[in-house]
Amino acid sequence: MEQDIEIIVKLKEGLLNPEAKTIERSLNLLGYKNVSQFDTERVFLMKVDAPSAKEAEKYADEMCRRILVNPVIEDYTIMVK
Amino acid sequence: MKRPNVALSDEEIELTRKRLGREPNATEWAMIDVMWSEHCAYKSSRKYLKLFPTEGENVLLGVGDDCGIARFDDKYGIAIGMESHNHPSAIEPVAGAATGIGGIVRDIISKGAMPIACLDPLRLGDIKSHERSKYLFENIVKGIADYGNCIGVPTVGGEAEFDNSFNKNPLVNVVCVGLVERDKIVRGIAPNAGDTMMLIGSKTGRDGIHGVTFASEELSSGSEEESRPAVQIEDPFSEKLLIDSFMEIFKTDAYAGCKDLGGGGFSCATSEIVHKGGMGARIELEKIPLREDGMEPWEILLSETQERMMLIVKKGREDEVERILGKWDVLYSRVGVVTDDGRYVITQNGKAIVDLPTHMLTDGPLFDREFEAMDRPKVKKPDVSDAKSYFMKLLKEPNIASKKWIYEQYDNEVQTRTAVKPGQDAAVLRITNKEGIALGVGCNSAHCALDPAEGAKEALVEAVRNLAAVGARPLAAVDCLNFGNPEKPKAFWQFKVAVEALAGGLKSFNIPVVSGNVSFYNESDGEPIDPSPIVAVLGKLELDKIMTMGFKDEDDEIVLVGETKAELGDAPRVDFETEKATNGLILKLIGEKRVNSAHDLSKGGLAVGLALMAFKGGKGFEVDISKMGENIDDSEKMFSESNGRFVVATKDAKSILLAAEKAGVKAQEIGRAGGDKLSYGAFSVSLKEAKKGWETGLEELLT
Amino acid sequence: MIGVLQFPGSNCDLDVMRALVDVVKTDAKLIFFKDQDLSGLDGLVIPGGFSYGDHLRAGAIAAKMPVMEEVKAMAKEGKPVLGICNGFQILCDSGLLPGALAKNTSMKFICKWVELGVANDTSAFTNLYAKGETIRMSIAHGEGRYFCDDASLRELQDNDRIAFRYGGSNPNGSLDDIAGVVNREGNVLGLMPHPERASEEILGGEDGRKMFEAMIDYIKSR
Repeated sequence: MEQDIEIIVKLKEGLLNPEAKTIERSLNLLGYKNVSQFDTERVFLMKVDAPSAKEAEKYADEMCRRILVNPVIEDYTIMVK
Repeated sequence: MKRPNVALSDEEIELTRKRLGREPNATEWAMIDVMWSEHCAYKSSRKYLKLFPTEGENVLLGVGDDCGIARFDDKYGIAIGMESHNHPSAIEPVAGAATGIGGIVRDIISKGAMPIACLDPLRLGDIKSHERSKYLFENIVKGIADYGNCIGVPTVGGEAEFDNSFNKNPLVNVVCVGLVERDKIVRGIAPNAGDTMMLIGSKTGRDGIHGVTFASEELSSGSEEESRPAVQIEDPFSEKLLIDSFMEIFKTDAYAGCKDLGGGGFSCATSEIVHKGGMGARIELEKIPLREDGMEPWEILLSETQERMMLIVKKGREDEVERILGKWDVLYSRVGVVTDDGRYVITQNGKAIVDLPTHMLTDGPLFDREFEAMDRPKVKKPDVSDAKSYFMKLLKEPNIASKKWIYEQYDNEVQTRTAVKPGQDAAVLRITNKEGIALGVGCNSAHCALDPAEGAKEALVEAVRNLAAVGARPLAAVDCLNFGNPEKPKAFWQFKVAVEALAGGLKSFNIPVVSGNVSFYNESDGEPIDPSPIVAVLGKLELDKIMTMGFKDEDDEIVLVGETKAELGDAPRVDFETEKATNGLILKLIGEKRVNSAHDLSKGGLAVGLALMAFKGGKGFEVDISKMGENIDDSEKMFSESNGRFVVATKDAKSILLAAEKAGVKAQEIGRAGGDKLSYGAFSVSLKEAKKGWETGLEELLT
Repeated sequence: MIGVLQFPGSNCDLDVMRALVDVVKTDAKLIFFKDQDLSGLDGLVIPGGFSYGDHLRAGAIAAKMPVMEEVKAMAKEGKPVLGICNGFQILCDSGLLPGALAKNTSMKFICKWVELGVANDTSAFTNLYAKGETIRMSIAHGEGRYFCDDASLRELQDNDRIAFRYGGSNPNGSLDDIAGVVNREGNVLGLMPHPERASEEILGGEDGRKMFEAMIDYIKSR
């Protein structure tokens, strides 16, 4: 059964996200002064063929731990839709 | 008869019907529309491009193929090509600039050459005041960086000129240079019937459909939204795999010809390659691998999906080629066969949906455009009453300031050939252990706007001077002619006189053009760009005699070679004989190791030229401009941009002056290197302060 | 025989071959990643480039290719393994070295020559330098910001495992100005700068030569 999986990958808390910082600064410069705490995440979307949502999540988690996510600098959450 | 949905003129439509002898079907119309666009067919320019000298003993492959190849020595040829990607970069600067690099690199690969360097001459709007120009500039550089760095081809030089005439029409020209063994040069030809036509690379999608007709129209303000589908998307990783796999394929002899897919997509590459050989083609549409569902035949045939090549594989040798492609995981498909009937036939499920004589696509009409001379604009001399303040401001001008912000984003060293890196007069790459090539680029668009003929000449002589300053002699040239709308007589006149003047220069220097590009319609809402005939010249030099511009030793004597005229604010005149004599002298002095530094003068004149030599060498200088022999104002002596001039630093100025006299070249000693000031006589500034201004002038304006 | 590992997208492989074969004059050969047999090699270099286009993360996909198991085996046997730039990223992502390389703080690719302070002079690659010596080498990367957690950093600092630090200004935001690190045994080194681009005067300097020479000496001494 095909399950829709969404994985969100974020840079770890302690790590500077210069991209987010640059974008927030640019927005402020363009006049959007009400915005703060700008952050960016990466989203991976896929279909996983598995008998249950739990199995699909397990499969996705294995892919994350093996290659999709770098645990030194990234955190992730998996959502089965 | 119903008017077909094409960008062709009524005359062109009638001509098509007449030549074919029947009404083309919708797919055929779409193909002719693209193949006969200005970008593909060079309708407005061919008549004048014929003026260029294109032959010579140094030409191994001349105009007419994907790029040219110049003779380097008995073993090697140097492939060189130049291309523009102006319109796409105005809409989507990262992808537009990136795919510009991709396209010219594929042109080089297609001729059997390993791409070894790129150059990026750019024209941008006024980044000080025009937000969008700033955005375009930053992202064009990013696009070039992302692509060039990923494919492992160093971007070793280029230039950036800023002017508000480019506010809505930036220019992204790219040069690529490649190395090929002379007996392994590959031609864009399908010489034998029965050979397999193999499409290699990315799956075809809807990218850039009608990209070439888009390049042949002026941009209107609505362009950004309307034109997005016409922009091609880049994939440099795929391109790198093409480079690696093709270099391996070319080590075999399993191929007969090769062309890359660029403007005009599949139709252009396949029709041209069989036409060149006097052959025809029979192609099965369904054999073309697709990225999207439901693509119409015209979409498939005209798509400008990047990173695709057409290889003519000798009959029976397909497995050999496919094994190499499989090793690199590069997609391929046998899409057709070369025939001997001169007809270009495409079938879909066995039924012919296109059946044209090859010349219908490859031989577009030739126009004889009207031209109307423009009055020479009045020259506006800048206010130099406070020379010191003018000078310090000039150093920070984007047109003069250090371009470090640009080239530090480019990997300029990969392939370990780069002996002279960005920031000098020309880039130098080693080819063998003893000899190398140098690459110079020239064109002052502001001068061309004042006088397109003189400006075009200057573009050539500036590039050649760049080579002489590092110790290199010219071998061959490529050009990219960027102009406005050729259907407007005044813009076309600019093109006509520029080409005529450039042709005269090339003949005078005996430098053949081996490849080139024309980009018309660089106009928005009726405002054309400053005419920009950009010229890149390839030179050769000995590696143990490379010269650079920085002052080397304290007390080196500074000699100004050449005559300064009162041309401040104007397009300075060009005299080919003077240029040749001066270059000859400089090359002789460098060859005999009689100078420690050399720099050719251009933007900002003598004042800026001396400053650059100081910045690069970390040593100041003391000169007295007022003591120069020319009978002109001090401000002209300092800032006039007269051609034919170099500054050299030497241990023995007397002997240099003697050599100059013998060569019939004007020269005068003007001072000494050393100290921590830039002293011009009338004023002096601290080296440190001036250098800081120059280094930060551009980057201060950007993120 | 030193192997130079080629992944799809590696682009400094031939440069490293040139430094090994033509400059320091040792036996070396290219190893395509699909040919997983690394036996018979005395040492390995993973060169710079954009393996797999730097997609996902720089070095992330290459790090998981089967050949990397053979690389780990080589490292375990004590053979010298050198990761340059993308090679460093691959060594970190495969677990052969601690830490990870993130995008430069400037968000831009940077190519220039930098000063490096030698911080370790005992590893298989750095023993021809002197601790505290300043050398010059070229960097060219977009993802060179070294990062590791506090425990790893302490371990690196306490055990002399930082090989090089950026002198002058830090070009990419690396933690503790780290430009290169070694493993515990000193036979695996990863660094962002390019020694193969600093092995000949004509290219700008020769400080990189000693790294390859040290590698050869180390092989001879085993």
